[in-house]
Amino acid sequence: MTTHQHAAHTPVGGSLVNAATLVCGVLIAIMAAILLVRFIFGLGTVANINDGYSWGIWVVVDVMIGSALACGGFSVALLVYIFNKGEYHPLVRPALLASLFGYTLAGAGIFVDLGRWWNFWHIFWPGYANPSSVMFEVAVCVTAYVLVMWIEFSPVFLEKLGKRDVKRKLNKWLFFFIALGVLLPMMHQSSLGTMLVVMGGQVNPLWQTPAVPLIYLLTAIVIGYGVVLFESCVAAASYRRTIEMRLLNPMSKIMLGVLAVYLVVRFGDLLIRGALGEAFHPGWVAISFWVENIAFVAPFFLIGSAQARRNPANLFLAGIAIMIGGILLRLNGFLIGYGHFTGSGWTYFPSLAEIMVTVGIFAIEVLGYIIITRRFPVLPRENAQVAS
Amino acid sequence: MDTRRHFLKGVVAGGAAITAAAVAPPVCARETYSRPAEALGLLYDATLCIGCKACVAACKEANNNPPEFSTGDHVWDTPLDTSAYTFNIIKMYRNGTMQTKDAEVNGFAFMKTSCMHCADPSCVSACPVSAMTKDPATGIVAYDPGACVGCRYCVVACPFGIPKYQYDSPTGKIGKCELCRHRYADGHYSACAEVCPTGATLYGRSADLLLEAKRRIALKPGSVTRYPRGKIGGPDQSYEGPVGNYLQHVYGENEFGGTQVLKLSAVTFAKVGMPDLPPKSSAATSETLQHSLYGGLVMPVVVLGALSFIAKRNVHDEDDESDTGKDKGEK
Repeated sequence: MTTHQHAAHTPVGGSLVNAATLVCGVLIAIMAAILLVRFIFGLGTVANINDGYSWGIWVVVDVMIGSALACGGFSVALLVYIFNKGEYHPLVRPALLASLFGYTLAGAGIFVDLGRWWNFWHIFWPGYANPSSVMFEVAVCVTAYVLVMWIEFSPVFLEKLGKRDVKRKLNKWLFFFIALGVLLPMMHQSSLGTMLVVMGGQVNPLWQTPAVPLIYLLTAIVIGYGVVLFESCVAAASYRRTIEMRLLNPMSKIMLGVLAVYLVVRFGDLLIRGALGEAFHPGWVAISFWVENIAFVAPFFLIGSAQARRNPANLFLAGIAIMIGGILLRLNGFLIGYGHFTGSGWTYFPSLAEIMVTVGIFAIEVLGYIIITRRFPVLPRENAQVAS
Repeated sequence: MDTRRHFLKGVVAGGAAITAAAVAPPVCARETYSRPAEALGLLYDATLCIGCKACVAACKEANNNPPEFSTGDHVWDTPLDTSAYTFNIIKMYRNGTMQTKDAEVNGFAFMKTSCMHCADPSCVSACPVSAMTKDPATGIVAYDPGACVGCRYCVVACPFGIPKYQYDSPTGKIGKCELCRHRYADGHYSACAEVCPTGATLYGRSADLLLEAKRRIALKPGSVTRYPRGKIGGPDQSYEGPVGNYLQHVYGENEFGGTQVLKLSAVTFAKVGMPDLPPKSSAATSETLQHSLYGGLVMPVVVLGALSFIAKRNVHDEDDESDTGKDKGEK
């Protein structure tokens, strides 16, 4: 047994039938039932979306926020392979796994919302495809990234299946897929923000800016680290493992650095455009803006000092704060701060059925994560034996 | 290993140098498009509209749309707004006692809501599958359900809230005014203009309609002038009427680079539901950003080259460790 050999991974083991997996199973079954109704009778029978708010949580939460929360793999790969911080290598596989599920489901989640889903292939087909559409870029990059991630992750399955020679061959080219795996999220996470631009004055100036690609890219990176903090703490608690403070502590410092850059860009942009006044118009939109930004500033108070970073609870809370900020940035741009300038009287709040579908998609993610970490070599090897 | 590394280094360095030169002007500005020379459109003059809604009924018939009910008896087609089944509607502005037509205070006024056929439409720019297209000659913004994936980005993007979706159908389509382009072959034109009894909705080339609009707002309010009806340049159906108290603004002349449907009103446009829009289109802003970042895939390829070079170095080190680590662990 090696103590500090950081690249060794091993399955957690233990039963796949427990309270968590059963709850996930029930939630997935509820989602399936709702989707059956949706595909037989149409979107409006289960969702509250309307012509004033045609994109509800199935787009904004399942796809946009879902993919942003799946940026852990991207952010850690950036650190390990591009900035050559090899010491973080044990975080790569678990983060990549979460990303793999997050993105695969964000991609699959699009079908839930697409009204004419059987034409989906048109997006990739010359003659139909419109390269000027921001959504075209997002769709192509997300699809490519999902494929790249499965390739990046395949060594895990190859190890399990004992296909050493295939793994060796793949390893020779892995650097290229890793590079793609860094480039593609940079492209589509920024473009997810650019999708707001064509909506023009319908989006509140607090979120409508030509700097939006940079804003979305920087937050995607920060959210990636935030999610790794969150997931590492949750995985450690639920599998009764020790938290890897040795890695999370310095990583959270890097996260604060990127976050500081983001806040300078964000508020610099608001000041230059003179849009900050909108944040002082009393109402939900302004409140939501402040909650979003307080959540982004909170980590400096939670883990700003070296001493505070040594406390796992603070890292966990900082991870949650980042996730809240990132979620709200996207909700605010696409839903809460959207449509208020046309004043057409449309309103939107998701229906229970809509929410249960979103919950079901996240349940698939959790269930998949449990199954794979218990059966495949993903999490770093532990010295202490795992309770099963 | 060493030779390959050197080779790659050379490739990347060379590629970066070439592309850096090519990318030198990093911003590929995409100008706002303007109306095609032979663009077709409508002129809606709110001061001539009497709110009879003949245009709403004719539009329903021409586009084979079902009635929509907002009253209990389900007898009359009473849509409250445009929808995927109602492409054209007359809305009413009301204020105070509603005594005077076309008065902002204590008055009432009408406004037609339908597709503006923008010179530079947001819906066309947004659509990932070219289901929304703008005809290069007529400028009509058309929809092709056979191409559409139902993502509804057009619905979200349009500043006028025009493309609308059939949420009640498992195979829902987008519905919007296409200026009755399917009726041109039979010698017809936009049904709303064909039936309008007062010429409040007038069909024709946008250039002619713009001239007509400018002629009207230059006239003295209360004086008498001739108003064409139906189609500008078509058979003479004109009549004499009093000149309204026009705002000195042809809505759609410059908004978003111009629209092919133009509007005249006596009540401030923002109050009758027409948004204040800049002369620069959102599509131009969006595509300038998009093309600057991804034009010709130059930036992505350069970045990928650089990332591959760096990753190649760093992954190699990891592999060695991972193999030894694995051997120790699994054997």
